[in-house]
Amino acid sequence: MTIVPATYYNASEQKIWSLLETVCDPEVPVLTVLDLGIVRAVSVDESSTPVAVTITITPTYSGCPAMDVIAMSIRMVLLPEGFPNIDIKQVLSPAWTTDWMSEAGRQKLMAYGIAPPNPRQSVCTPDRFQEEEAIQCPQCHSWHTTMVSQFGSTACKALYKCEDCKEPFDYFKCH
Amino acid sequence: MQASTNLISTTDFLLHLADNALIMGHRNSEWCGHGPVLEQDIAISNIALDCIGQARNFYQYAARLMGEGHTEDSLAYLRDERAFRNCLICELPNGDWAQTVLRLYFFSTYQYFLFQQLQHNSDAELAGIAAKSLKEVTYHLRWSSEWVIRLGDGTEESRQRILQALDALWPYTGELYTPVAYESVGEADMASIQTAWLDHVKAVLEEATLSMPDMGWMQQGGKTGIHTEHLGYILAEMQFLQRAYPGAEW
Repeated sequence: MTIVPATYYNASEQKIWSLLETVCDPEVPVLTVLDLGIVRAVSVDESSTPVAVTITITPTYSGCPAMDVIAMSIRMVLLPEGFPNIDIKQVLSPAWTTDWMSEAGRQKLMAYGIAPPNPRQSVCTPDRFQEEEAIQCPQCHSWHTTMVSQFGSTACKALYKCEDCKEPFDYFKCH
Repeated sequence: MQASTNLISTTDFLLHLADNALIMGHRNSEWCGHGPVLEQDIAISNIALDCIGQARNFYQYAARLMGEGHTEDSLAYLRDERAFRNCLICELPNGDWAQTVLRLYFFSTYQYFLFQQLQHNSDAELAGIAAKSLKEVTYHLRWSSEWVIRLGDGTEESRQRILQALDALWPYTGELYTPVAYESVGEADMASIQTAWLDHVKAVLEEATLSMPDMGWMQQGGKTGIHTEHLGYILAEMQFLQRAYPGAEW
């Protein structure tokens, strides 16, 4: 899913979308907020002075502690670019999904050492002791890996280990 | 008149959902740094974080409806014990790992079936929080049910511990699916939630080689503010800072 619209309503919105490409997630700093798909809308009301900017964001998980920092980072990036009048709204619906992560984001994650969400979206079901997803090791690219825990260093990751290179690694789990 | 009555019961219901999640999150967070192994310490801490995030969403919405300067923080930190509407099972002490995971399993099963219905609520905001939470609760349900089975069908000691936990917690399970007046706001069929809950628990206990307890007498009161002695201690710890230093920020 492409988040950035192909055509822009006005120059301010175009500029804001490109500025948002420089705002990174504080916990996975290799990803921008656009890579993550957490920016849902940008609108600019040019009739007011200074122009009124509304940015709609959605959290990855309910308890994601990064949301306040992300909202602040967006303000800090836009402020010196002539956008002091910013309203950041948080929406929960529709609920965020890893399907919204950009292709560039997936490649950056892999290069950073975090396995990206499986292209075949396999979200959690309550079935007990189900077969683990096959996840490729981001270090040695082996598929011979084992899940250690569904829960990892942040809400959005699971913990895996590679049976070939023996390295543990994070998996940005499908959600 | 009708409108204000509806508003009162909506906020009552939102506070009930928020208090459940907050107290459950607080109890689970007590394991942070104390888990039996590192990976499971991380797991229960992640689950605690999900619960507290869900509580924040429900409190924020309740605060908007209530107005008059209420915020998520004032609702969490400045209400007294009798104003809390969480189910009693949430506030019980963690006990050992068996009691903690069994309690989480009972609670997550209830949340799972409840949120499946709440996600279709006529209030879009409530439905949105439920749909968001449901994705997270699915992980909690899977993780906790696997632990119940692992302990029940494990060693002699793990089996004894889960049996003791079952005895201790069972009288507190009925309150989960026994509705009080404000729960009509949820537009959920509580009888079907009760059936689904009992069926799920029966299947997991069987897989854990444990037998389903008799229904017996069920303890209630938390949903209407009549709590066990344990909630006061939780609030004393959780609310101390804001009570001692009102308006303090990091």
